[in-house]
Amino acid sequence: MLKDLPQNYFELFSQPVSFHIDAELLAQRYRELQRVAHPDRFANASDRDRRLAVQKASLINEAYQILRSPLLRGRYLLQLEGVKFNDEHVTTQDTEFLMDQMELRETMAKIKQEAEPLVNLKNVLSDITSESELLYTALDNTLDKKQWNEAKLILNKLQFFERLKQECDDIESQLLDEV
Amino acid sequence: MALLQISEPGRSTKPHERRLAAGIDLGTTNSLVATVRSGLADTLPDPQANHLLPSVVKYCANMEPLVGAEAKQQAAQDPLNTIISVKRFMGRAIEDIKHLGLHLPYRFIKTDSSMMRIRTAAGDKSPVEISADILRVLRKRAEETLGGELSGVVITVPAYFDDAQRQATKDAGKLAGLNVLRLLNEPTAAAIAYGLDKGAEGIIAVYDLGGGTFDISVLRLNKGVFEVMATGGDTALGGDDFDRAIAQWIMQQAKINDDADHSLIRQLLQVACAAKEALSLRATVELFVDLPESKKWHGSLTREQMNQLLEPFIQKTLITCRRVLRDSQVEPKQIQSVVMVGGSTRMLRVREKVGEFFAATPMVDIDPDKVVAIGAAIQADVLVGNKPDDEMLLLDVIPLSLGLETMGGLVEKIIPRNTTIPVARAQEFTTFKDGQTAMSIHVVQGERELVSDSRSLARFSLQGIPPMVAGAARISVMFQVDADGLLSVAAKEQTTGVESRIQVKPSYGLTDIEIEHMLRDSMAHAADDVSVRTLREQQVDADRVIEAVKAAVLVDGNLLSAAERQQIAVALDHLSAVRNGNDHRVIKIAIEQLDTVTREFASRRMDRSVKQALSGHNVNEFQ
Repeated sequence: MLKDLPQNYFELFSQPVSFHIDAELLAQRYRELQRVAHPDRFANASDRDRRLAVQKASLINEAYQILRSPLLRGRYLLQLEGVKFNDEHVTTQDTEFLMDQMELRETMAKIKQEAEPLVNLKNVLSDITSESELLYTALDNTLDKKQWNEAKLILNKLQFFERLKQECDDIESQLLDEV
Repeated sequence: MALLQISEPGRSTKPHERRLAAGIDLGTTNSLVATVRSGLADTLPDPQANHLLPSVVKYCANMEPLVGAEAKQQAAQDPLNTIISVKRFMGRAIEDIKHLGLHLPYRFIKTDSSMMRIRTAAGDKSPVEISADILRVLRKRAEETLGGELSGVVITVPAYFDDAQRQATKDAGKLAGLNVLRLLNEPTAAAIAYGLDKGAEGIIAVYDLGGGTFDISVLRLNKGVFEVMATGGDTALGGDDFDRAIAQWIMQQAKINDDADHSLIRQLLQVACAAKEALSLRATVELFVDLPESKKWHGSLTREQMNQLLEPFIQKTLITCRRVLRDSQVEPKQIQSVVMVGGSTRMLRVREKVGEFFAATPMVDIDPDKVVAIGAAIQADVLVGNKPDDEMLLLDVIPLSLGLETMGGLVEKIIPRNTTIPVARAQEFTTFKDGQTAMSIHVVQGERELVSDSRSLARFSLQGIPPMVAGAARISVMFQVDADGLLSVAAKEQTTGVESRIQVKPSYGLTDIEIEHMLRDSMAHAADDVSVRTLREQQVDADRVIEAVKAAVLVDGNLLSAAERQQIAVALDHLSAVRNGNDHRVIKIAIEQLDTVTREFASRRMDRSVKQALSGHNVNEFQ
């Protein structure tokens, strides 16, 4: 039923299919699309048309979520190239990476008992952030060279880091709420 | 470009014809109705020049309910039949409201559905019905002032309202005979009212502390687009809690026992509320309480003492503010201004603390009691079609995560909080037993990991799965949240394409049948002829559909094949023919037929306009 809209999210936003994206331009396109498709534009229309508008506006929202996030955008690009992801069995053979991850997790597990938990948490977070920035640069390179399998490995690692970042955020808000 | 411009279906072809629209703030303590006249939005007063309608309903036997100031005055004499702050019960079960606070002087009734009722002299009333009684008064006020029937209204809800609370509010609107165009989040409404749409750019925060609810939203404004970045709050925190804390303090001072009777408690709350208001102007206030056996108590309360009593509540709101800033990934210093909304932001202490937190002087230019209704009126005016060229667009978010119960009573999040709505997400399931033909699905809302800590929204079973070996069936469950923040669920078995009709039984809402019954009852009550009314409604609907389809074919007929065109022409002729008959069911069926044959066409038209939104843009860029 949505077949007349471009199914490729990049096309929907009139963007070249590429990892490089102009965030400002993307946001602007998003607003232009929603101005036309948002159900509020159909407040007086029939129920059927309102439901259609809800579906189309949802598609645009979904596409925007994916294109604006580097992690999701990277995955999406690979999926367009036919690379499959199986999230329930994300594994890595990179032992060095695994050791680093375990170390980070151990640090995080102890953080709440420490004297200056917020300071330490900030340090962990900045470590994670700089590590993942390196990975994003590497991802950019592999995608440019169309090295899909390498890109997939990097994306899996990035997913670990994103999850850690989320956990750091959760710990931080727990600590702040207790203050 | 004008040639390709699509006129939206259903929009009036007569541009001069203004439709009547209103914004309604259905508040915990007070409710208001506002409308746009001669380009200006303002709240509408009653004949006594009162803009605020106290959200108080008094039920008497064999009489219309008494709503507003008069009901409020009589609250202390008849606490059992006078319902105050009904908003706190919307979408809630009895178990939920038990923790809401001490001494609710009502006789709560458990019913078969999980929606609770309150026993009154006029029968058992659900919160939805009580809210509808408030809405009816506002509707009447608006229609009498404007001299005609309202085409549509926007009703505001706390941004942090969950699905059940939103559904209950929409149901109340329907029950009051209103065409609810949209449920609008209160902080977003306030942002509109501040005219922040007119050219303002940047990030703002809206701090909304009302009688019973607290909301904080962070919005990004850009050329008339209001994009909510994150929202948070507490649907059981507000000025009522302040009153109760002060009342409790008086009870300690006056040595009044916890089991004091309802009218004494009611009196204490009124004394507490008056003291709270007075302390915004003065440093000390004298308190007088009439005790049983003609005794009296007299004491005094200073602003300093009160601030101490209220500190924990204000602190709680600031913790939420901090979390919302984190969710929106914004630093306090990036917030350009803080808009203050809700009667409780009149308190000096609240303003001080909020100003301190955001390092900005809070904006209080518009009456904090009226600002939400005014914003809703502006949005209603746009939605009803009075401003076809308006650029205003609201992109709101879902306040609480939506998830499903998985093995072991854990929640699997499907749509995380602060996701922009409307949103659709599909989740795939499979069977775990050979030959399994049914599956039970439990939808919950909230941030906690355990189902037992979350709000149960709906339980339903998916029937008619074709028998297969375990794990072979692929059932896709689609969650759709619309622009009002309301959820609907649909399911489909993928391998066979069997679409199983699922019935979502709202755990706390009213079913459509219940609403229909209530509507019928209330109309019978008003001595209205239901069938005449239904026929008239169907005819109006038919005319609207005919007009819209004809206009669409005229503009976008080239999207249709000859066969499709023919099909539509036949359905149009049929509807036009039956429209003048007197069987509303026949008209309804004909409308549905026309709807079905134009569905694909409508979809293509929308797609064309979406594609065009950017293609025009590209042409300009490459020139």
